[in-house]
Amino acid sequence: MDLFEYQARDLFAKHDVPVLAGEVIDTPEAARAATERLGGKSVVKAQVKVGGRGKAGGVKLAATADEAVEHATNILGMDIKGHTVHKVMIAETAPEIVEEYYVSFLLDRANRTFLSIASVEGGMEIEEVAATRPEAVAKTPIDANVGVTPEVARQIVEAANFPAEVADKVENVLVTLWKTFIEEDALLVEVNPLAKVASGDVIALDGKVSLDENAEFRQPEHEALQDKDAANPLEAAAKEKNLNYVKLDGEVGIIGNGAGLVMSTLDVVAYAGENHGGVKPANFLDIGGGASAAVMANGLEIILGDPDVKSVFVNVFGGITACDEVANGIVQALQLLADKGEEVTKPLVVRLDGNNAELGRKILSDANHPLVQRVDTMDGAADKAAELAAAK
Amino acid sequence: MAIFLNKDSKVIVQGMTGATGMKHTKLMLADGTNIVGGVNPRKAGQSVDIDGTEIPVFGTVAEAIEKTGANVSVLFVPPAFAKAAVVEAIDAEIPLAVVITEGIAVHDSAAFYAYAVSKGNKTRIIGPNCPGLITPGQSNAGIIPGDITKPGRIGLVSKSGTLTYQMMYELRDIGFSSAVGIGGDPVIGTTHIDALAAFEADPDTDLIVMIGEIGGDAEERAAAFIKENVTKPVVGYVAGFTAPEGKTMGHAGAIVSGSSGTAAAKKEALEAAGVKVGKTPTETAKLAREILAG
Repeated sequence: MDLFEYQARDLFAKHDVPVLAGEVIDTPEAARAATERLGGKSVVKAQVKVGGRGKAGGVKLAATADEAVEHATNILGMDIKGHTVHKVMIAETAPEIVEEYYVSFLLDRANRTFLSIASVEGGMEIEEVAATRPEAVAKTPIDANVGVTPEVARQIVEAANFPAEVADKVENVLVTLWKTFIEEDALLVEVNPLAKVASGDVIALDGKVSLDENAEFRQPEHEALQDKDAANPLEAAAKEKNLNYVKLDGEVGIIGNGAGLVMSTLDVVAYAGENHGGVKPANFLDIGGGASAAVMANGLEIILGDPDVKSVFVNVFGGITACDEVANGIVQALQLLADKGEEVTKPLVVRLDGNNAELGRKILSDANHPLVQRVDTMDGAADKAAELAAAK
Repeated sequence: MAIFLNKDSKVIVQGMTGATGMKHTKLMLADGTNIVGGVNPRKAGQSVDIDGTEIPVFGTVAEAIEKTGANVSVLFVPPAFAKAAVVEAIDAEIPLAVVITEGIAVHDSAAFYAYAVSKGNKTRIIGPNCPGLITPGQSNAGIIPGDITKPGRIGLVSKSGTLTYQMMYELRDIGFSSAVGIGGDPVIGTTHIDALAAFEADPDTDLIVMIGEIGGDAEERAAAFIKENVTKPVVGYVAGFTAPEGKTMGHAGAIVSGSSGTAAAKKEALEAAGVKVGKTPTETAKLAREILAG
């Protein structure tokens, strides 16, 4: 889960990374009080999870509280690269910046460890610095069982050639930033720019944090950081029901078991769609292994509630779960929906294979539901589902 | 032969006495797996009757190894306790730890992987978030259905459980030497490369099927490895061409970030290494069939 800048700032502050004061607001008028609390001037910063907001006019200096309200009025609701601004941060104005650096910690998947990236050339995208001046970027692997001790922080500072006069301060930032990374179960903590200001202090002026959703069991406070405004209503409804669902922009609703098989199903449907007017998958939905009729019903309910969906493809490979159970699940799910008064009007194509496939297919045939069609191969079923979606 | 697991493997189950552990211990036994014990400190000294087989429960992995000579542990331990359980297996120097558990925090996986490395890599970790591995007709360590296919000469390595089953099913008449589900998390113990190297060295494997998915660059690195080190034919499949950027697709590791981790890049890298890549699982199976038929 990627966080907004203000959320990253709050986490940095919690773990003693030096930051400027700031608070988030969602109405223009609130900018006045917030700016007054900061002594009458502020920076109004659009909160969007995308880079380039400065160039887009999403960051403005306000010399007075009135000006802050004016900027907030303009920025709230602004569209920045497809992201609507729902919140702005009213931040303390930065003291005069002397130099801009970059520091981050992240998960290095390839080496299965953590990595520190540091550069004395901050302020721009680090990928850009790495591409044009690779020698200016220091990458240091971090042993997950040792972490960033003051000694390790010193090595990073030396590797990146930080000036001697800021070495101690950058070390402190690295140690506290690492604390943020570990204690918040982050996948990425990035400070850019890390600014040296006229007083000689080093301050995190902007930051990015991405958190590991698998760690939510021990990070109860992270749930509140979710961006409810941005969530698609169908995704939000699916999450309520503990369904693993991602909304896409096509017409064929997809239900399957297992993340890999569902991803594959999306691809196969998209290929089949090429022969049927370019129809595409409408969603990702993995109901997991051993899904009950109730889970199948929940999944169907979400997908049938998507106005973009014109046909549904249920693609199940019976592994440990037997296909007869899955077939019963589908039949019961349709019954459950009927009992709830939700009439199913979109055609379903069901492909069952694997454990007890014959029994499962028989159950579907016997149920003889007018909207359910059986196709027994994955490619064939995808083609049928695409054809039905195109015909609607 | 086969890889990592064979008829001589002596398997213990960490988390055997939980509901999932019991269910799958029963299934593994039915597939002929030599299960020699379970581990649960609170039930040490007891035994569990599974379909007429008495399985002793030990307090620690070390004790289980000492008493039974176990050399494989399968873990069904909940996410919050998984790190401690894997560390225990590493400390006991069990040669193979198969971590089935889904939902382990990546800081924990990174920590136990680093710990295994610091202890001299005496324990091969498979997973987490994986279906385990099977050597049909010999042993089954995990949750892969044992009745999809029979022993044969195809080696399979996959990030995805259900795609593993699908592929085994598509090629069920030919059969498999071993099938290894390496898992869909961002940090995993055994990689495509490890399995490819093992299949290359395995005299019972004639052809390797490799299944990847979006996220990370494991497939690209596997492609480079294949080019340099693999002489056996490799057929590939990559899932997730239609996945949007920035969205996690079920598996914690299945995410396209910016322009990295795309299925298209993986397919391209594999094809450049001479791997035939199928558009769908069925087409991939067909490619494997054609190569084996000569």
